Amino acid sequence: MGQYCFPPKDKRETLFQYFCGFSAYFTYCLVLLLFGFFLFFAYPLLKSGGYFLLLVTPWQPLAGNYGIGPMIAGTAVISLLAVCLAFPVSLGAAAFCEAGLAPRNLVRWVRPVFQLMTGIPTVVYGFLAVFLLVPFLRKAIGGSGFSVLAASLMLALLIAPTMILFFSDAFRAVPGEHLRVMTAMGAHPEEKLVFLLLPQARSGIVAGLLLAAGRAVGDTLIALMLAGNSLAFPSSLTEPARTLTGHIALVMASDTQSPEFRSIFACGLTLYLITTLLIFFCRRVVVSERGKG
Amino acid sequence: MKAPLRIAIKSAAFAAALGLCCLVLFLLAALFVKAWPVLDLRLLFGDTPPLQAIRGVRPVFDGLFPAICGTLLLVICAVVLALPMGMGAGIHLALAASPGTCRRIGFCVDILAGMPSILIGLLGFSLILFLYRYFPFITPGLLPAAASLACLILPYIIRGTWQAIQTLPPELLRTSLSLGASPVQALRHVLLPAAKPGLTGCLLLSVGRAAEDTAVILLTGTVAAYGLPSGFWDPFEALPFFIYTTAAEYGSQRELAMGFAASLILVGLCGGLFSLAALIRRTVQMKIFTGNMS
Repeated sequence: MGQYCFPPKDKRETLFQYFCGFSAYFTYCLVLLLFGFFLFFAYPLLKSGGYFLLLVTPWQPLAGNYGIGPMIAGTAVISLLAVCLAFPVSLGAAAFCEAGLAPRNLVRWVRPVFQLMTGIPTVVYGFLAVFLLVPFLRKAIGGSGFSVLAASLMLALLIAPTMILFFSDAFRAVPGEHLRVMTAMGAHPEEKLVFLLLPQARSGIVAGLLLAAGRAVGDTLIALMLAGNSLAFPSSLTEPARTLTGHIALVMASDTQSPEFRSIFACGLTLYLITTLLIFFCRRVVVSERGKG
Repeated sequence: MKAPLRIAIKSAAFAAALGLCCLVLFLLAALFVKAWPVLDLRLLFGDTPPLQAIRGVRPVFDGLFPAICGTLLLVICAVVLALPMGMGAGIHLALAASPGTCRRIGFCVDILAGMPSILIGLLGFSLILFLYRYFPFITPGLLPAAASLACLILPYIIRGTWQAIQTLPPELLRTSLSLGASPVQALRHVLLPAAKPGLTGCLLLSVGRAAEDTAVILLTGTVAAYGLPSGFWDPFEALPFFIYTTAAEYGSQRELAMGFAASLILVGLCGGLFSLAALIRRTVQMKIFTGNMS
């Protein structure tokens, strides 16, 4: 509040302003603290250069090998598959809601369902899938049913509402005059979607994709409950796998002294870097677009 | 564009939206059907008389009452810890900070919002381990879990407050300042009351976020069976953790059905809060829009 000419009236107000400033910088410090914390605990690994080795080597505790390669592969496969599954569906759903393809009354009924989806906890998705999806997969394709496929199907469901909301906002931000001009030229709603809305909303779509990918990478419970948590590199979609988040949860639950415990800070650092990069690019995309407009 | 292509695009959009809708409704229906057999008072209190359970005279053994209480206590503690900080930071960013500071802190808020919750749990757990050496009374429990959850919901509160104040018409602040109010007085008597719907929306959102999260409390102090916590350093039960453990180690069909019932309660709680928040946000947007028009 320093930019206004009136000074604070008394001491209490000054105190309040200091408190507000303090809490803003506290958030700043919290993020730095989190980074410093992972750096500190992963430092022994970083110093010996072993961190980059850890990222690619397999997990063989008996041979003294605590590589997190399989978990990175598991995370990558599961979240990529989830994003690939969720993207077309979300794009279709957002177009359905915003591009005038459907009757208004139908949209009015469908949209609240998507809004409700944002509020369904991940643990509930995991629980439902354990008793509905996994037995089905077991019957349909054999194996235990706890697999990469099960986890990414449920993750796709989890990240779909995030994408739908972002895409809808991006579609809605397209100027109304452009739409009206296209209508006046006799364009169908589908043509407006393909030639106007999609190109105009490109940055919003990319930002939504990145954000949803971040959610998929960071989710713990679905992968923990559905992916089977095996420690090998996943070789096919019906094989079990373990993610970075699941690995942290599982190792924390067992013990806190062994070298295995050290390895989870390497996992944590990797996760931190991945999510920070995703958020960074997401912001870049949004801000550069805003600067242009 | 040819007609068949148009029809293909339209039907793809219809299939995507309606398919997703039906899938979600099917899942919710399945949840309800599976939970139906145990939906009664015994679900909450087990064999303990409800009045005695609520007064804490007798413990509840096979009911959801301790888990629901634990979740409520946890959420209340987390919000009490995060709300002053979050609102203070939001106010600072909306009114006082320079654009550069806003950009830097905004980036950090985004990072914190996108942070996997298990990392925050890991931070909390390691801090507890570290502090335990010097202060032996610090153990995993209600307060550490609430503090970790507070870090999780902090970015939501900051963003919400920031947005709510920034989207107000600028004349509000200018008028009250020119009438001789100090910035803090203007904030307290004019801006915050005007921003109330937005603030309520962000509060609901963060409560929902705190109630649904499992990964944080998994590492910082929840246990499967404890009863009501009696202090801030006590372990506690929570609904999400109950659901998680039930999926892995249920003993009977009744326990399984109780897991479904707990999921139903949690979906009702979080879904209700999120929908309410969305509704409030929409009405706020409409109000601002019509306010500018008139």
